Amino acid sequence: MKDILEKIKNESIIEIDKVESIQQLEEIRVKYLGKKGQLTQLLRGMGQLTPEERPVVGQLANEVRDLITEKIEQTAYCLKRKDLEKRLRSEFIDVTMPGRKKKLGNRHPLTKVLNEIEDIFIGMGFSIVEGPEIEKTYYNFDALNHSKYHPARDMQDTFYITEDLLLRTQTSPNQVRTMERQKPPIRVIVPGKVYRSDEIDATHSPMFHQIEGLVVDKGITMANLKGTLDVFAKKLFGEQTRTKFRPHHFPFTEPSAEMDCTCSACGGEGCRICKNTGWIEILGAGMVHPNVLANCGIDPEEYSGFAFGMGLDRIALLKYDISDLRLMFENDKRFLEQF
Amino acid sequence: MLVPIKWLKDYVDLDIDIKDYVDGMTMSGTKVESVEEVGQNIDKVVVGKIIEITPHPNADSLLVTKVDVGGEILQIITGANNIKVNNYVPVALHGSTLPDGTKIKKGKLRGLESNGMLCSPEELGLNAESFPDGIYILDKEYPLGTDIKKVLGLDDKIVEFEITNNRPDCLSMLGIARETAATFGLKMNYPSIEVSGKDGDVSDYISVDVQATDLCPRFAVRVIKNVEVKSSPAWMQDRLLKAGVRPINNIVDITNYVMLETGQPMHAYDLNMLEGNKIVVRRAKDNEKIVTLDEIERILDNKTLVIADENKAIGIAGIMGGYNSEIKEDTKTIAFEAAIFDSVNVRLSSKKLGIRTEASSRFEKGLDAAMVQFAIDRACHLVEELGAGEVVGGMIDIYPTRKERRIMNLRTERVKWLLGVDIPVDKMKKILESLEFKVSGVGILEVSVPTFRDDVTIEADLIEEIARIYGYDNIPSKLMDTTFTQGGRNEKQRIREIVRDNMTAQGLFETCTYTFVSPSVFNQINCKAENPLRKAIKIINPLGEDQSIMRTTIIPNMLEVISRNYNRKITEGMFYELSKVYLAEELPLKDLAHERDTLIIGIYGDKDFFDLKGIIENLMDDLNITNYRVLPSNNESFHPGRTAELLINNKRIGYLGEIHPDVLDNYDIPTRVYIAELDFEEIVLQTNLNIKYKPLPKYPSIQRDIAVVVSEEITAGQIEEIIRNKGGKLVEEVNLFDIYRGSQIEEGYKSMAYSIIYRSEEKTLTEEDITKVHNKILNSLASQVGAILRS
Ligand SMILES: [Zn+2]
Repeated sequence: MKDILEKIKNESIIEIDKVESIQQLEEIRVKYLGKKGQLTQLLRGMGQLTPEERPVVGQLANEVRDLITEKIEQTAYCLKRKDLEKRLRSEFIDVTMPGRKKKLGNRHPLTKVLNEIEDIFIGMGFSIVEGPEIEKTYYNFDALNHSKYHPARDMQDTFYITEDLLLRTQTSPNQVRTMERQKPPIRVIVPGKVYRSDEIDATHSPMFHQIEGLVVDKGITMANLKGTLDVFAKKLFGEQTRTKFRPHHFPFTEPSAEMDCTCSACGGEGCRICKNTGWIEILGAGMVHPNVLANCGIDPEEYSGFAFGMGLDRIALLKYDISDLRLMFENDKRFLEQF
Repeated sequence: MLVPIKWLKDYVDLDIDIKDYVDGMTMSGTKVESVEEVGQNIDKVVVGKIIEITPHPNADSLLVTKVDVGGEILQIITGANNIKVNNYVPVALHGSTLPDGTKIKKGKLRGLESNGMLCSPEELGLNAESFPDGIYILDKEYPLGTDIKKVLGLDDKIVEFEITNNRPDCLSMLGIARETAATFGLKMNYPSIEVSGKDGDVSDYISVDVQATDLCPRFAVRVIKNVEVKSSPAWMQDRLLKAGVRPINNIVDITNYVMLETGQPMHAYDLNMLEGNKIVVRRAKDNEKIVTLDEIERILDNKTLVIADENKAIGIAGIMGGYNSEIKEDTKTIAFEAAIFDSVNVRLSSKKLGIRTEASSRFEKGLDAAMVQFAIDRACHLVEELGAGEVVGGMIDIYPTRKERRIMNLRTERVKWLLGVDIPVDKMKKILESLEFKVSGVGILEVSVPTFRDDVTIEADLIEEIARIYGYDNIPSKLMDTTFTQGGRNEKQRIREIVRDNMTAQGLFETCTYTFVSPSVFNQINCKAENPLRKAIKIINPLGEDQSIMRTTIIPNMLEVISRNYNRKITEGMFYELSKVYLAEELPLKDLAHERDTLIIGIYGDKDFFDLKGIIENLMDDLNITNYRVLPSNNESFHPGRTAELLINNKRIGYLGEIHPDVLDNYDIPTRVYIAELDFEEIVLQTNLNIKYKPLPKYPSIQRDIAVVVSEEITAGQIEEIIRNKGGKLVEEVNLFDIYRGSQIEEGYKSMAYSIIYRSEEKTLTEEDITKVHNKILNSLASQVGAILRS
């Protein structure tokens, strides 16, 4: 029987080596190991052996069976890998073909920049406040310390609805509205549309957008104004941005300043965008005028604050290197798609 | 304000590189707009003397000259005919450069050598209008060969300053010099106002009667006799030109020079033209006429202040003199006027008359009454310096309320309190004194404000003065370390950004359109006469009729956007805008308007109603709004069969649908457009940002499909409502997957196929359970909308 086992072993191994498919392999398994397989049959004949031979042959038979089983498993694994490899080869695709995408829309560039600016100030503890665009003359001018004859009140600069109502020329009236509504500490920004009687051209528009900021508390100083706006400029235009504060004049702040930033296009070297100065004027700011605080019922002896205002449209033009403001309001899809 | 640097050096010993000067002034608050370098490119142009002129043998229009340029005689051909022998002229030598970059080289003109060029004022970059035609004939003899830049002051720089409204004192050379002195720590030298003439007395010549005392706080007059009207000297003309003022004659030039120097406008009258030897300051009569210096007749009203003689107006106060009393070549006796007029009155008159002059733009900002005497004496000093006439003794000065220096307190600790930087008190004092404030005391400083600084009225103004000269740059940059505040967006602002995110994800582009529109938009979008949208707020003074009302709907703006895009050959597009409409309770508006945030969506190109509706349904999902319905509706701007309204909680939020073809015609859009306009304020109220998790289903669902035949007027909405009502909680989903019309279906009917998904939260549904509810649904469909089940 040993010889027969030996023969089964050798033959089965040769056969398994020749196999090319899983089916063939299965046939071989049945042939040797199945219920009627050669090895199974042989083991059934073990009864005829002597008690001394039985364990020896039994062990041998088990070895042969294990060997065949293992060989079949190994081969099956190899065959599966081969099949898989073949499939993978056949499933080649040209990955450089275009992706299938759902078309996305976009925020308007002004909204995009506004969101960015809002988030910067929110990070510094500011809330966002909104106010009416059709505003009372009082809030737009008087409460902001504009004299009765301030030139900005002229019909040629300001759109009026009635004598007492106008299209706000600045977001600053919301400084007053905020202070009337809320006691210090105050930290707000006020974005919104503003209106001035300018004909539309590449840099002017009768409707444009401003962002106003206001901080009022005990112990607020001009150093805080500089610190806050410095952070803002760096976050908006990049860490390398430097700021410069120049004295200026606004009726509702004292001292007043204008803030320039190093031109982000040339890094301060001078270029077309900054008219070779290396600097770009970004916003107006100042310490809230004591009269304005007093107008709002806040004691200017006890509290101080700073305010700032910037033109959103101009900042967006700068940020995206757009040379004509009119594009913002034309809403050509090929323009809007770019942001 | 144009400031020629050489002129400025009369008052301050300025020896600073121009770039440092400009930076320093800007940083101390006098912002520099630009710097012009006069004669920047001019090179090798020198003074020459013409010693011979002969005709060109080969050309009638040319002359051959011999010019001595110092040590060398050059032959130069010229086309000009205003030159004479012994004239001193600018000569561009071989190898020279002119301001526009032109290089001059030796050459031949019609066969004769020309070794250089004689220059006209224009060729030297001077304003040609101020000179006679032809070659520039120099006013006197200069050393031959001298660089022309030195002779003509072309080695100068002109700085243009932007002067803010609060600093009219800086609309003068002296004002700029004071700022320069304070900024750079220099000494300020005032010009001489010494006058030697004291022959006679002004009152022998004229009297002054200020009737409108409220509009004229000060009026001063001095008289000059034996006047010789001629050109002013080159140096004065040069300065005036550089400061942007055209020279006229010595007397007028003196008044302009003094205005530029001191900021105080002046006027000179020909005394012989004044009737009654009298100057009257009064309000004009209604319809009183005057011909001004520009020879235009002006019609005045009784709000305008005039200077008059006994019978007639001879000038509009603070704005422009009259033609009748103008200084002429034969003028012999003149009166100089230096006065202060009410700034508001000058501004209103100047606006009403449409005349804005160097004088009016100064008066309307408010001038220093104390400067009047200085200015008028300075003018008399210049008359003597120029030999233009003899100054008569005395001055008429109507000055009832003398202007005094304001005295203020400065608490030194408030400087740090406001600026956040420690500045030594000594430094504060020094800064204020450099600006001509007088300071005394300790702790609380007593500060006397110069009369020309009307803008300094409160303590913070003084602190600003200190800050700007100390340098904003020297104030540290510090973050706020006071109370912590909680920032962020409120709920409405958050919802706004959710809507924008949602629209972006759905492929829509946000637009930004003008909120003022034409009143004709209502006709364009088919609004009936009684449509409340027509109740729009009007702008009194719009840029034009087309931008004269505040919008009550954004549909016209959206149609304009789509029209523009379509007509630029962009075949499809999806847009939205989240912006305001402006509604009035009553007109004219008494109080603030109702400014309502509104969401407009517009789509076109290979789209239909259901694309639009799908966008809105997705949005509702995002905002967690479930109790909404879309029902058929009417709106005159929309296609009558394709209009719907969106209801949330049974409240109408807005309309959606296909735009009416007539409206599309009005906007020149030859393709279908679908628009939804929704009240965002209402959406905010209905939005539920409070998302709660619902447990995942424990039991399996079962799907049943049905197809029912109903008559055409039955809507999908009705059928779905019946299915959901009857199915109750067991119906999880109802999906319409097919609508069929045609063979086997009677005309006027349609077959609608639904799949209904049943699921219970409590158990696995049995066939029996489902059949029961399914039959209930079928029965109700049959009884309520006459639906017949298709087998
Ligand atoms: Zn640049």
